[in-house]
Amino acid sequence: MKMGALTRTVRLGFKSLMLHKLRSLLTTLGVLFGVSSVIAMLAIGEGASEEAQEQIRELGSQNVILRSVKPPDELASNQTSRVLSYGLTQADLRRAESSYPWVTRAIPVRQLQQEVRLGERALNPRVLATVPEWIDVTGRMISEGRFLSAHDEENVNNVVVLGYEVSRWLSPFDNPIGTEVKIGADYFIVIGVLLPRMRLDSDAAAPGSEVTGEVFVPLSTGTRWFGDMQVKIRSGSREMEQVELHEIVLEVETPEGVPLTAGAAREMLARNHNQRDWEVVVPLELLAKAEETKRIFNIVLGSIAGISLLVGGIGIMNVMLATVTERTREIGIRRALGAKKRHIMLQFLVECVVLAVGGGLAGIALGLGIPFLVERYADMRTIVRPDGPILAFGISVGIGLLFGLYPAWRAANLDPVEALRHE
Amino acid sequence: MAPDPQPAAGGNAPVAELKDVQRVYRMGNNEVRALDGVSVAFGAGEFWSIMGTSGSGKSTLLNILGCIDRPTGGSYHVDGTNVNELDDDGLSELRGTRIGFVFQSFNLIPQLNVLENILVPVFYRDEQPAHAEDRARMIAERVGLGGRFDHRPTELSGGQQQRVAIARALINDPPIVLADEATGNLDSTTAQEILELFDELHAEGKTILLVTHEAIIARRAQLMLRLKDGRVEKIEAGDKSR
Repeated sequence: MKMGALTRTVRLGFKSLMLHKLRSLLTTLGVLFGVSSVIAMLAIGEGASEEAQEQIRELGSQNVILRSVKPPDELASNQTSRVLSYGLTQADLRRAESSYPWVTRAIPVRQLQQEVRLGERALNPRVLATVPEWIDVTGRMISEGRFLSAHDEENVNNVVVLGYEVSRWLSPFDNPIGTEVKIGADYFIVIGVLLPRMRLDSDAAAPGSEVTGEVFVPLSTGTRWFGDMQVKIRSGSREMEQVELHEIVLEVETPEGVPLTAGAAREMLARNHNQRDWEVVVPLELLAKAEETKRIFNIVLGSIAGISLLVGGIGIMNVMLATVTERTREIGIRRALGAKKRHIMLQFLVECVVLAVGGGLAGIALGLGIPFLVERYADMRTIVRPDGPILAFGISVGIGLLFGLYPAWRAANLDPVEALRHE
Repeated sequence: MAPDPQPAAGGNAPVAELKDVQRVYRMGNNEVRALDGVSVAFGAGEFWSIMGTSGSGKSTLLNILGCIDRPTGGSYHVDGTNVNELDDDGLSELRGTRIGFVFQSFNLIPQLNVLENILVPVFYRDEQPAHAEDRARMIAERVGLGGRFDHRPTELSGGQQQRVAIARALINDPPIVLADEATGNLDSTTAQEILELFDELHAEGKTILLVTHEAIIARRAQLMLRLKDGRVEKIEAGDKSR
């Protein structure tokens, strides 16, 4: 019975709105654009923040990373040949390993400037010399073969594990396990391939484009063949750098230990280095920063969406006030025929909600279409969560109710005598 | 104030009774006494016409009789209920179920078709009667609308529109039909048909209150109430009483 009355009122609302199709259509536009921008911006924001967080998570949220940084060179430009020595040392590694109780493992990483070649194909990925535990600490996965072993490290084996992108580039069609690739002047046997990073969009690096991959060799092998010295040849000058370790990854036992470890590491490095040739990267801090950025982003988005919905709501209210004036006589007739104030109130409220929901549904459709186009043409990741459209729908119902309240109240409280006399 | 004399029409028990009804409008410091002590008892099943020049208080009386306005003094009983004791909802329910309005300009709702227009007063009742739609079709046949149920008001002639309005007035089976210049917008032939319809309704036992300014039409009633300056000038017997 009650449901029947409501359905009838909704149908009546549709009929009344259809009397002025263009006006009704224009009125819904405000809510339409408001809702669609909410959904689209949420999807884009969610995508961007997800991407950022994924990259941070790849570094390992329970790790603290110490990195060598080239100090600002004040007099290097005039020098034609000199050895620049900086960065983390084996001593730092030993201190980091032994001095903090929360650090379970400390993983040294060296980065070598070498070309990697397989037959005709050559590229310059990051050649990382490290220990077998690296894979456990960073949480990366093997897709084929195996990672470096303690045996490789002890025996200074010429073996290499390829990053996914490198393997795709060097050997797009065949399984590269067992083949020999040339790194610098020496041949290394491929023993494994890593799974790609979680990013979905950079799945396949097109041939010819820059490959930012990685390959891994045992630390001992790296040191044996390539030494500590890196030679860069620039136009007219040879630049030599001596760096013992490029990176030390500290694995911390619990998340609570991360800030303590980071603080202690900063202190230790500051004490033992006479120049600022290091930095401490804390993914957990970055994660917190990313969360904060996302929060601010959401507040800004929310405000923009709120303003556009407010404008949409005011548009509805404006048109409904005009409609009430225009249909004063109808209201008078209905009151004379026995309509109570609540009937008139409901009738106009329903019309407002129908307008707002109409705009809201069209806005949801448009709002879902925009992320699709953005993904397709702007090459950005977007994530549409189901609560976005649900929220948007709820908001449009709320807008209809809120901004319909006053016009409906006005309609309901017209004096029947006056309303009936209205021309 | 002494009640006006009233000839007995058929000795019927009153279905609508005004006792010393006043309606005073305040405009700034001025008081306008639109009705100044009107006492009439409209007996059940009687056919009345109400006449009066503009300014006589005719419209005000109509509003009070139709329960869309309330007296500021005196009392008005409809079907035994004192209008002054009702709140807005009660008053709405009363006029929805006890009074059928027929207006000069038909006052159909343009976005609804014939059947929906006839059914409007049903939906505002506190309790929904069963088979309302069947009843609406029946009444539409009764007032001579034939089968034009899904036409819009704009697709109908004036006479047909007024028939829809009459069907609408009858849908809740009210004891009183209040017609305000119901033939004013119609040509004489159609007006005659509509007046005959009122005669038939009267014969079926409805109380008809016909507000008009045309003496010829007024004389069709059993009783003629003439208003002047907010008071009952006289009540005479019409042609029907003979």
